[in-house]
Order: sequence, then C-alpha cells, then structure tokens
Amino acid sequence: MSKKRVSFWTVLKVAFLVFMVIITIYPFIYMISVSLSGKLSVMRGEVYLFPKDFSLEAYKFVFRDKRIYTAYKNTIIYVVLGTFTSMLLTTLGAYALSKKNRLFGYKFFNILIVITMFFGGGMIPKFLVVNALGLIDKIWAIILPSSVGAWNLFVMRSFFLNYPEEIEQSGSIDGLNDLGILFYLVLPTSTAILATMSLFHAVGYWNSFMEPYLYLRSESKWPLQVILRSIVLQGTSLDTEYAGGQSEVYEDSLKFATIIVSVVPIVCVYPFLQKYFVKGVMIGSIKG
Amino acid sequence: MAKLATSVSMAAVKKNNNRWKKLKDSKYLLIMIAPAILYFIIFHYLPMYGVTIAFKDYKPFKGYFASSWVGLKHFRTLFKYPYVWRMVRNTFLLSFYSLIWGFPAPIIFALILNEVKNERGKRFVQTVTYLPHFISTVVIVSMVTMFLSPSTGILNTFIKSLGLNKVNFMGSPKYWRTIYISSGIWSGVGWGSILYLAALTNIDPTLYESAIMDGANTFQKIIHINIPCIAPTIITMLILRTGQLMSVGFEKVYLLQGAVNLEVSEVIQTYVYTNGLRNLQYSYGTAIGLLNSIVNISFLFAANYISRSVNETSLW
Repeated sequence: MSKKRVSFWTVLKVAFLVFMVIITIYPFIYMISVSLSGKLSVMRGEVYLFPKDFSLEAYKFVFRDKRIYTAYKNTIIYVVLGTFTSMLLTTLGAYALSKKNRLFGYKFFNILIVITMFFGGGMIPKFLVVNALGLIDKIWAIILPSSVGAWNLFVMRSFFLNYPEEIEQSGSIDGLNDLGILFYLVLPTSTAILATMSLFHAVGYWNSFMEPYLYLRSESKWPLQVILRSIVLQGTSLDTEYAGGQSEVYEDSLKFATIIVSVVPIVCVYPFLQKYFVKGVMIGSIKG
Repeated sequence: MAKLATSVSMAAVKKNNNRWKKLKDSKYLLIMIAPAILYFIIFHYLPMYGVTIAFKDYKPFKGYFASSWVGLKHFRTLFKYPYVWRMVRNTFLLSFYSLIWGFPAPIIFALILNEVKNERGKRFVQTVTYLPHFISTVVIVSMVTMFLSPSTGILNTFIKSLGLNKVNFMGSPKYWRTIYISSGIWSGVGWGSILYLAALTNIDPTLYESAIMDGANTFQKIIHINIPCIAPTIITMLILRTGQLMSVGFEKVYLLQGAVNLEVSEVIQTYVYTNGLRNLQYSYGTAIGLLNSIVNISFLFAANYISRSVNETSLW
C-alpha cells in the first residue's frame, strides 16, 4: 500500500519536472527549427519540432543585413568596454571596502552605498544628469550610468573578506602598497571570482535595452537589443529582404533567425557561468 | 584643574593624531574606492537631489537653477489626469497578480526539485530552468509576440489543429495581464528557486529521520518539515516583494505595450516615460516618479513592520 503511494508520487514528480524542462527548451527548439526550414513548410505550419526542407537562407539574410552587422559590432564594443569599466570600479571599490578596520570613513562609505539599494532619483532626474554631463548619444552613456551595482560591490567585498590575510601581509612586508597587493598578489589568485563577475557584467551589458534606448539617438550606435526590437516587435524589415526582389525567406524564419543570432552568445557562455552563479547568489544574499 | 584640562586636550590631540594616521594609512584604499564613490554621487545622489525639479518648472534651456519653484502644481495636474486611477490600478493589479501567481511558483518548484535524489537529473533540470533568466527582455517579449501571433503563431496553429477558432491574444486587453505574468513565471521560476533550494539543503537531516520513524510520508514531510524550515526565507522574500507592489519593471511593460492594450498596460512607470521624457514634461514626470517611490518605501516599511510584530522575521 505505502509502496504504491510512493511510486505514484514519483511519477507525479518526474512528470512535473519533465514538463518544466520541455516548456523551457521547446520555444528555443521551435525557433531554431523554423529559422532553418524552407519557406513553404513554415507557411503551411508543418514545422513543429525538427527543421523541414533544411535551409540556411534566413541566416544568410540576417548576416548580410547592415543594421544587424553594425548592431552586433556595437554590442560587442559595449560589452567589452562596459565589462572592463565595471570590473575595474567594482574590484577596486570592493577591495577597499573589505578593509573594514583600516579604511578611513568605512562606515560613511558603506551607508552611502547601501542607501542606493533602496532609494533612487528615478528615470528622469537620471536622464537629466546624463544629459548635463554631455553623454547623450555617446558610448559612455550606456556604460557609466550603470557601471557599479551596490549588489555586485558587496558580493565582491565578501569574497575579499575571506581572502587569506597572510598573503596580503607578506606583500606589505615586501613593501607593496595596497594597490600593489591587489594587482600583484590578490587578483592573480582570484581568477575564478573575476571570471564569474565579468561574465555577469557581460551578460548584463549584452542584454541591456533601457540605457541604449534612452540615451542613444543615432541608429548607427544602437546595440543588438534595440535593433531587435525594431525588427521583431515593430516590424521594420531587414535591408536585405527586398534586395533580391521576391523574398525566398519567410518573415517568421527571418525574425527567429535574428533572435537566435542574438541569443547564441549568451547560451555559449552560460555553461561557464552556471558553475559559479549559484555561489554568487548565495554570497550576495547572506551579506546583502 | 589645569592638569585635567591638559589631559583632556592631550586625549583630543591623540585622537586627532589617530585619525590623521588612519587617513594617511588608508591613502591607497581611498584612491581605490574614490571612483566607485564618485560614481554613486554622480549617478545616484545627483539624481536624488534632482528630484527637487518635481517642485519646479524645469525648462531645459533655463537650466536647473534658473527654473522657478512651483510648489505642488505638478501633483495637482496629476490628479486632474482622467486616467490617474486607471494607471494606479493597473500598476497595483499587475504586480499584485504577479505576486499571487509568481511568488509561490519558485517555492513549489524548489520543494519538488528537492525531492529528486538523482543528483545528475537534478542538476540537469536546474541547468535548463535557470537559462531563461539570462535571456533579455527584448527577446522574451519578441518570442511571446511571435508565438501568440494570430496568423502564424504556434499557439494559434495548435488551437486551429484542435478545430477551435484562432485567438488574437495580443490584440485584446483581456489576455494582456495573463501574458505578462505567465511569461514572467516562465523566465523566473528556475532562477527564483535557487534561494529556496539552498535553504532546503540546509535542513537538519535528523528531522527527516525522526519523521520517518514516526511514519510520515513525503507530503507530510514537506508540510511539517520543509515548509516551516524555509519559512524565514519565504517571509524575507515576501517583504521585499511587497515593497515593490507599486512598481513594475518598466522595460517589459513598455515592450509589451500597444495602443490596443493601453487600458490595462498603462502603468505609472510607462506614464512617467511617455509624459516626462518623450513629451519633455520633465518636472511633471519626476513628480509622478517621486510620489510612486514614496508609496513604495512606505509599503516596504509597512510589510517589514507587520512581519516583525507577527513572527519576528524582518529585514532590519
């Protein structure tokens, strides 16, 4: 009797989890399949799971499109520049904050940062500040205003708090100052956290829509997310779509191909991220 | 008497010396933290000060200081806006329904996933379900819009294959909230479960042993051990969420918004954007944003206060 009930529960449990996995993965499989299928099969609604009449036409169109090409390039520049800036500011700040007893004005700085987790000026005052700094339509407008997060700062600080003091002391005996200790001793031995935090920042910049949408005016500077919105959600067509007269590619395939192209880098770094992110969330939640 | 005075001043000098020494000692640390502090001052504290334009008639060509003070004018304008209550109601309902449906989902998911004894299977499910958290809002909204399209969307193809009539999901305000909330659950349920799963793995195993001795089944274990043990985590998360009851993420609402669904999709944040930034009524927009923040903070304090007096779990 009891054995039967347990097995019923197991079936229910497994069924639920399988359902969760399918519902998460299926949209991606479907998009890939449609983007790789021939026009007629998609139009007739025959594609459900696997591509039909396999064709790479949609991707050829996407990669030939100037706007997507520029946007891709822009996004990569923003990600690299943004991640570097964020990491530099966050690492330096977090290391200084981890020296609780030595840092002059520690309490003041701490409170100054914590307050920003709960209060903010809001969209318009921030826009006016960015505007007053002359950053509108400049690359730095999408990097500087969100370069440091209080949360990330505290995650890194708690990492540095657990860093073995002996190593740092050996550095100061050898006559290194704090900057030297950080760059010559601490950072080379903390590559795991640096990699994790960099990936988090990189994903954040890759996905960011708000900042570029609010602060960038000229289309030639738009990143992928903004272009993606205008192509998929607002229905502006690709340059290449009409180039060859009668289009051989179905509109939906093109849109899905565009989405896939913008998601692929995330899916590629994801396995590396995944190793650490649970740890990151946990550190943040305990110390935050 | 004189001696006492000298010793007091000596102590003061010593203290001063100490502070001076500490300042000199942390010279490099201060250099390191300076850029971050500068960032917070420029991009967080300046805008906080800039909120004062809510009480001014800010004109870009005049600049901040030359713009005149107008008191509560913008707040009065807001309450004359015929749709002000619709907007407040939309904001509240959207986040309230998100809370009702979206809050329990990761908890239930974590409770079930926690029962999986096969480590590899568990990790696989985790890996898969955490992924949508890293997909951008633009992509998620794009996917939703395309899947629900009345002409070619897969959902309508499916509905049609069942012999039913196609539904124009995005073209009607009726389905808008459901779409917003369910896509939110889709992208957030896995990631949201991390904290609860961690809390579940920290439960003392002896509790289960004694429960098994008492003949408890899985459901009884979940109800009498798992849920009480993760209750503090649940309550903390609930407080944080309650503090956000009057704020919904601008990005997703804005991207999902269209003329056809404005009657349910116009929330405070999107109104701030369209009137404040797009129509260049900076002061008016800021005033609404300020009112909204005040409401949010009072919600957070209230939730924290209630929780502290009821069951001694609180944020501060």
